[in-house]
Amino acid sequence: MPKIFINNNEIEFKEGMTVLQACELAGVEIPRFCYHERLSIAGNCRMCLVEMEKSAKPIASCAMPAAEGMKIKTNTKMVEKARKGVMEFLLVNHPLDCPVCDQGGECDLQDQSLYYGFDGSRFKENKRLVKDKYMGPLIKTQMTRCIHCTRCIRFATEVAGVSELGAIGRGEDMEITTYLEKSMTSELSGNVIDLCPVGALTSKPYAFEARPWELKKTESIDVMDAVGTNIRVDSYGWEVKRILPRLNNQINEEWISDKTRYACDGLLKQRLDKVYIRKNNQLVESNWDDAINLISSKIKSTSSEKIAGHVGGLSSFETINSFKKFLEEINVKNYEFREKDFYVNPDQKMNYIFNSSIQGIEKADFILLVGTNPRHEATILNARIRKTYLKNKLPIFSIGDPGDLTYPYKIVGNKTEDIQKILDGKSEINDLLKKSKNPLIIIGESALELKSGKYIFEGFKEFLYKNKFINEDWNSFNILTQNAATVGALDLNFFNKPNGRGSFFDKMNNHNFDLLYLVGSDELNFQKNNEFIIYQGSHGDRMAQIADVILPSPAYTEQNGFFINLEGRLQKAFKATNPIGNAKEDWKIFNLIVDKIKNKNLFTNYKTLIEDSLSKIKENKNIDTLPEPQIKKINLSSGNFYSEQVLIRPIDYYFSNPIARASKTMSDCRIEKIHNSENRKTG
Amino acid sequence: MSLKKIHDNQPDKFEFTKANLELADKILKKYPSDQKKSAVMPLLYLAQNQNENWIPLAAMKYIGKLLSMPYINVYEIATFYSMYNLAPVGKYFIQVCTTSPCALRGSNKLVDICKEKISNNQNELSQNKLCSWTEVECLGACINAPMMQVNEDYYEDLDETNTKKILNSFLEDKPLKPGSYRNRKNSAPEKNQILTNGHKNA
Repeated sequence: MPKIFINNNEIEFKEGMTVLQACELAGVEIPRFCYHERLSIAGNCRMCLVEMEKSAKPIASCAMPAAEGMKIKTNTKMVEKARKGVMEFLLVNHPLDCPVCDQGGECDLQDQSLYYGFDGSRFKENKRLVKDKYMGPLIKTQMTRCIHCTRCIRFATEVAGVSELGAIGRGEDMEITTYLEKSMTSELSGNVIDLCPVGALTSKPYAFEARPWELKKTESIDVMDAVGTNIRVDSYGWEVKRILPRLNNQINEEWISDKTRYACDGLLKQRLDKVYIRKNNQLVESNWDDAINLISSKIKSTSSEKIAGHVGGLSSFETINSFKKFLEEINVKNYEFREKDFYVNPDQKMNYIFNSSIQGIEKADFILLVGTNPRHEATILNARIRKTYLKNKLPIFSIGDPGDLTYPYKIVGNKTEDIQKILDGKSEINDLLKKSKNPLIIIGESALELKSGKYIFEGFKEFLYKNKFINEDWNSFNILTQNAATVGALDLNFFNKPNGRGSFFDKMNNHNFDLLYLVGSDELNFQKNNEFIIYQGSHGDRMAQIADVILPSPAYTEQNGFFINLEGRLQKAFKATNPIGNAKEDWKIFNLIVDKIKNKNLFTNYKTLIEDSLSKIKENKNIDTLPEPQIKKINLSSGNFYSEQVLIRPIDYYFSNPIARASKTMSDCRIEKIHNSENRKTG
Repeated sequence: MSLKKIHDNQPDKFEFTKANLELADKILKKYPSDQKKSAVMPLLYLAQNQNENWIPLAAMKYIGKLLSMPYINVYEIATFYSMYNLAPVGKYFIQVCTTSPCALRGSNKLVDICKEKISNNQNELSQNKLCSWTEVECLGACINAPMMQVNEDYYEDLDETNTKKILNSFLEDKPLKPGSYRNRKNSAPEKNQILTNGHKNA
């Protein structure tokens, strides 16, 4: 490996590194604004100047490739003077009113001005004034603060895949803007706020809410989709003020989707904080004792075949486990986690997870999407596909039309016949697939919902296994699940057998159940007849409105919980704030009911609940690791083929769960999106 | 120079004429087919020529589509370069050089005359809508300072009287001849006295 001298210390570096990266290896901090390791190099802020031997002028270390034998100095008078000079120039047009700026306390410019800057200003002239730009309901702009690092532009074009931000004008008149001041049509737009090193782009919903140092920071897991994005929850008192990304190269790198970031104001609204019981067709405030008495008497008087349970997509693994144990305790066998009837095969973990792993996408050289729109179903995963596309320019195909995915792809067909052709080896893409080393087949829930769901699932599995694409090193068979709870519920077999098709949904729609116990499930398509409905959850949404008893329980930021993401990775979400009102944790509620009916406890304490839950996870019990590939024993079967259209079920992205529906920000985004798409049609 | 303002009254549509479309095809052929966007600058210039010396937003969108590149990138380029006009200019677009050599030879007087004759501010149309003027940086004719460019032509070696004459001629829509106004041939010496290597006017 080549060597470089940094402050007279010899250090080895990898070919292709820049001087700045080599300095970081040596443990030397270089101040920077425009350089960001996940974006392309711009080299326009000049803050990273260092001294190089034999160079008369200081060099921009972020843009200079490191070379063998280079002698770099970062602690000389020249470097100090250069940094001070750059800092003074950057502050020439930057307002010096940190106390009224929302970035204060977490501002790169503020910090670096303190450590590397000049203590005064020689600039006596007027500062320039730049008009603020409109960038949608998420991003607040104060463009006089902009130092033109162009990180936001590079993020939008490279990572988000929407070329909508740009720098217009030149020199002193340069301004960052969207084309004719529209909001960004990206689900990742919120990340430009984190990227902005100054207070030019800040969070609109969080404007003037709190200072970073007064917030309690809790590292947790997101539940808005099945990706299991790593987040940091910032709370003040009982309120969750904002959600920020946490670095995890295996899942989300350092991006989070707008829904993850901004749905948090939904945690403050539409909350269920008290027990309610329906009397004379009106929900009346009540207390826990009355509700538990009512529920237990109802359960006793209803035959167990007429009772059913359904769990929602935001529930933690322990909640599902304790719910299942509770239902088994009262001999109920009708339980379900799916919102739409799609085919599942829980024989092996491999059958319901994203086997190639999210990081593994980067190794792919062929992608086939079957009935899925990853941009809306798993935004972060889609960003990874785009990253891979930019790096490898790999061929991407889709069955069904998912719309704009931020990267080019080709639609093979819209019918199940097109799938049949691929499985029979007669399709035009079979040659490419055969030649590829690491193909990726991603099957979405929309495809499994079809009557041919079993055919598609088992057919692809068999096809890939026979073509040796499921092996020790690479498993190209991927299922893209949509909810945070799905993989966990499948680990617990929380659905009706055999393989869950039909039975539960038929019985529900034929009104065969007399008592429905819903735990946080609002997505069910269900018309109430004479059923007695118990709703246990955090938000007064669709199902709480028709419920007969409402039991308040905490939202995902208010209780500890395990979540298994779509790769089968077990992660723990931590409690950030206390549950509001009279809410009780889910397992405690089940305990109370069982105690009333059978005079015993399901779980004596939280520890036994955790131990019991963890023991039920299939194959992989270690936290934050991927399951070992289990390919020795693969059961193959087949399903019946039906001729059908492959329609990708559209997702109301900003309104996909009760928390998002309660959020004002999400609703603003939704209106903006509809507005934009109407404009596009006419203009 | 200040940030170029987008004109308020924008036409709804822009399309190249048939002749210009042929020219555009010719320009496109100079670049590899996967690098079409390299042609953005000549195409913007073509659009400017077609549309009375200024580029409307519709033209930027049109060119963006033609070259399959994002609108914002066309917009960035059009606002960056000073030779693209984003608002209507007069039929006679007068650019007065005010860089040091011209300034030393009295270009500020030319600017004063423009203000008096055409309009008080830069980039404003004269009352009869025929002329507009602007200050520009060096036009590379320092030896003939002070000078100004009107559309494609240079008017050189100016002073107050002949500048007034020239401006009046534009305002009356009867332009005078371009070139030196002290009867020099291009940038040659004024009196044919100097011999260099036996040549006159070397």
